[in-house]
Amino acid sequence: MILKGRVWKFGDNIDTDAIIPARYLNTSDPEELARHLMEDADRDFPTKVRAGDMIIADSNFGCGSSREHAPIAIKAAGIQAVVAKSFARIFYRNSFNIGLPIFESDDASEKISEGDEIEVDADRGIIKNVTKGEEYSAKPIPPFMQELISAGGLIEWTKKRIKVS
Amino acid sequence: MTITEKILAAHAGRDNVSAGELINAKVDLILANDITAPISINEFKKIGAKDVFDRDRIAFIPDHFAPQKDIKAAEQCKMLRDFSKEYDLDLYFEVGRMGVEHALLPEQGIVVPGDLVIGADSHTCTYGALGAFSTGVGSTDVASAMATGECWFRVPESMKFIYYGTLNKWVSGKDLILHTIGDIGVDGALYRAMEFEGEVISYLPMSGRLTICNMAIEAGGKNGIIVPDRITEDYVKGRAKREYKFYTADKDAEYVDIKEYDCSQIPLTVSCPHLPSNTKPAAELSSVSIDQVVVGSCTNGRIEDLRAAAEIIRGKKVSPNTRMIVIPATQQIYLEAVREGLAELFVEADAVFSTPTCGPCLGGHMGILAKGEKAIATTNRNFTGRMGHPESEVYLSNPAVAAASAVLGRIGTPEEVL
Ligand code: SF4
Repeated sequence: MILKGRVWKFGDNIDTDAIIPARYLNTSDPEELARHLMEDADRDFPTKVRAGDMIIADSNFGCGSSREHAPIAIKAAGIQAVVAKSFARIFYRNSFNIGLPIFESDDASEKISEGDEIEVDADRGIIKNVTKGEEYSAKPIPPFMQELISAGGLIEWTKKRIKVS
Repeated sequence: MTITEKILAAHAGRDNVSAGELINAKVDLILANDITAPISINEFKKIGAKDVFDRDRIAFIPDHFAPQKDIKAAEQCKMLRDFSKEYDLDLYFEVGRMGVEHALLPEQGIVVPGDLVIGADSHTCTYGALGAFSTGVGSTDVASAMATGECWFRVPESMKFIYYGTLNKWVSGKDLILHTIGDIGVDGALYRAMEFEGEVISYLPMSGRLTICNMAIEAGGKNGIIVPDRITEDYVKGRAKREYKFYTADKDAEYVDIKEYDCSQIPLTVSCPHLPSNTKPAAELSSVSIDQVVVGSCTNGRIEDLRAAAEIIRGKKVSPNTRMIVIPATQQIYLEAVREGLAELFVEADAVFSTPTCGPCLGGHMGILAKGEKAIATTNRNFTGRMGHPESEVYLSNPAVAAASAVLGRIGTPEEVL
């Protein structure tokens, strides 16, 4: 699967309160959550972001609360993938569980600039910077996580397991 | 093996596991709250399971926006209530019986030593204080585990934190963990187990241990854990609702890193905006004026915390420039505070004494900050906008420092008011 899109850049330690502030958590409706995506980090972000865009961040993206509303809001806003140097662990597992593609790459995080067009080869973990003509590789995804992705997320995976047993 | 590895191995039905492995393990308890459970409920229905794996092992606790703060919150809380009725869940806690989840479950003996607990809330790591493996997961993880009784884990590397020496006056578990996060950073223990030990931990009361393990997540940790001992035994004896087991670490257990702290060098510590790792000694922050003080939360809303705040504020008044909100974390703590005269003492000091709720801790309700306002709170996060307006500020401290700051109307230390 090749994902292609325009980049928005964020820094270190982007926390879940920045991704989706708690004051909006009295709902779990994806569309409504998407309308407030990143608004405390960048007030205009919800109006600027377009379906197909990508987020590139520094270290520890998604730190803080366990709220699945964070990856849900990102996905619902049409963001295709998030690339960072590292992810907070609950955010990491939530993303795989709900099927939001995320990649860890120091190189990509450092060298990609806001507005660059990139292409992510999700299966091979190769990130191509179309604007700059560069290529970076992401850390390989553990086999179990690949299994989750190909099942279509944790719920589909669990469904299969329940049928088998 | 470390204590974390031993508990994971036992629940995976294995003799041993090692760091980095992916395993499936049985869970003893699953929890979710009024924010996270609605997603879990919807996802659970999609699985098509006939029933939940065990009606006695799923705890639903409406605490974040409860007592229901608006119509949307009421609808979410109702989903928990309806699901609990439909599946006859034993551990649903209605308003009036509830408390902040991570204070309530250990207090009621629902989590016990040796347990493997997952919760759709990041501070689920709190129960490591009892010698349990507990970690925050997402709502979908909870949905899957409600059907199967199992969850997938990557076995974490362990990091050891040793505290020796003697604690300075008023320095508590909160200061130790804030100091530690200040030292290693908010991703200093990313993906790792944080094991706390040393002579200071060996005499630290359970309340302080719960505070320390509660904030493991603020260093990126997967879980915080303390090997159980006499203090653990005294705490769980008489309240444990199930049989429990004490796991210990082997002598040759592997740690990726060991940090040692001389506690005589640890001052009363405050985390400044907007990261828990942004720590400074409280004594250096006396120029920071304070609009709101919050004593409460799963970090520091226990009776010991209320007593510490009360000791400072007894016979004094909250500064006219400041408002103070005291929130006991559970109904039982509330009752104890009333019986001990603490409720009266706070009200006479011009503080608000609230029913249990997460409330302002996550900027939910019951004390939201306006633009430009500053608060000092005994909670655990001070991210941008955490307690209200994106241009407000939150400082984190222990209850004694928070109470002293309420009296002074600025950040200060207990010595300045006593
Ligand atoms: S008190 Fe605060 S940190 Fe604890 S569970 Fe509630 S919102 Fe989360």
